Amino acid sequence: MKNKLGKQTLQFPLLPRIVGSYSIVGEKEGKGPMAKWFDMVLEEDTYGEKTWEKAESKMLKQAMLQALQKSGREKENIDTVLSGDLINQIMSSSFMARDLSIPFLGLYGACSTMTESMILGALMIDGEYASNILVGASSHYCTAERQFRMPLEHGNQRPPSAQWTATAAGAMVLSATDKGDAAVKQGKKQQHGQEMKEVYLSHATVGKIIDTGIKDVNQMGAAMVPAAVDTILRHLSDTGRGPDFYDLILTGDLGLIGKDIALDLLSGRGVDLTAIYNDCGAMLYDKKQDTHSGGSGCGCSASIFCGYVYDEMRLGKINNALLISTGALLSTISSQQGESIPGIAHAVAVTTKGVI
Amino acid sequence: MAKQQQQQQQQQAKKPKKEVTKQYEQYVKQFTPRPKYFTNCAKAFVVGGLICMAALYIQNLLMKDGMSEKNAGAFVTVILICSAQLLTGFGVFDSIGKFAGAGIFVPITGFANSMVAPAIEYKKEGPVMGVGAKLFSLAGPVLVCGISAGTIIGVIYYLMK
Repeated sequence: MKNKLGKQTLQFPLLPRIVGSYSIVGEKEGKGPMAKWFDMVLEEDTYGEKTWEKAESKMLKQAMLQALQKSGREKENIDTVLSGDLINQIMSSSFMARDLSIPFLGLYGACSTMTESMILGALMIDGEYASNILVGASSHYCTAERQFRMPLEHGNQRPPSAQWTATAAGAMVLSATDKGDAAVKQGKKQQHGQEMKEVYLSHATVGKIIDTGIKDVNQMGAAMVPAAVDTILRHLSDTGRGPDFYDLILTGDLGLIGKDIALDLLSGRGVDLTAIYNDCGAMLYDKKQDTHSGGSGCGCSASIFCGYVYDEMRLGKINNALLISTGALLSTISSQQGESIPGIAHAVAVTTKGVI
Repeated sequence: MAKQQQQQQQQQAKKPKKEVTKQYEQYVKQFTPRPKYFTNCAKAFVVGGLICMAALYIQNLLMKDGMSEKNAGAFVTVILICSAQLLTGFGVFDSIGKFAGAGIFVPITGFANSMVAPAIEYKKEGPVMGVGAKLFSLAGPVLVCGISAGTIIGVIYYLMK
């Protein structure tokens, strides 16, 4: 296996490129500290639809179509759409794809879906099964709340460790790198008078499920931390890279509590990431917005990867980043039956350098 | 013999896992801010107290106008339920609930909210399979447990008499 490193890491010698991305968030997220990085902020979380599920689907579709437009490709050029969300039978994604008439693979990795779709998309391109792949993920506070928790108008108090499911979606177009393109070869392209860098996917580490036995559904961040830490350590040892190789290591939705635990666990293993580590869930909301432990949901990491990370990489402010979407693979049934929460985390290494 | 060994092995494997969970839970606790029990209690006490005061005030008003105590009590209950339902419909109740917690949840206002909230939420799934099926999704468990406990206590009371 020439493209597998160590136990869990894959490398992509053909360097699939991110050629377009689009992020869209709800009203609350649009008032948070990351607002300026999102392509679109909804005025109302219903998005003009009758049901929350329709609103989420429309949001995801908007992200997909706009990412496609930004990439300069046509619908006909896309080989497959890979997408997922949190709603039963991945309703938002399937209904998003139903009138796209593009081959569709629905994914479920709970909140880890964004990197899951990126990994599989990159594999299809690197295996030369596809030249353009559309990947994405979404979540909506109101659809998640009614499925996993309480009706919206129910007047309950949330514990301090609870996280807020982000109303957000992100989509990317992954594309095979055209070797004949001189601009691509140099890794540079002019856009709006500014030099824009190309962004490539170079490695991916597929995570194992790790279950520490936590049963509290309001401690989701803490339940996912061991999986995230395991994936980060595994990635570093498989690739032989030191943590200083990266400008940014970003986990998906561990939240404020999870972020602290992750840093502590990593420093316990002798890896100090304080300077370069952050968590999308911890970044998405302001403390004043009273979300307690921060954001969660597929859209949380999807919108920040597609907005903030991609834009900063294009500008060359970040050159090497490790993106780790984290998922809590529980269901409403499993938690009622007293099962603990299985955590998972997949990592994708993105780089602006056109070499491995 | 082999089976016993297997069981022993399983037990051994299980025990550390439980310990690991316990250790991790303890470890996580250091990072989790504790709920503000004192301020939450104080808020609940004040809001709950105010609701009860208002209820008593209305009851006294009604009784002053010549209504019997029993009827006045029933009217007060209806007024409390109606106002909680209206507040839920206007989308205010959840904000009050977040602030006051048990203060607004323990009086009958909480019960009214737990019926109206699912009714609003599941309206989109239709009047029968949506609202009809889900109306008691929050209040149902409370009713079942409440009535069961009431029945048991009633039987004990009857036997003691």
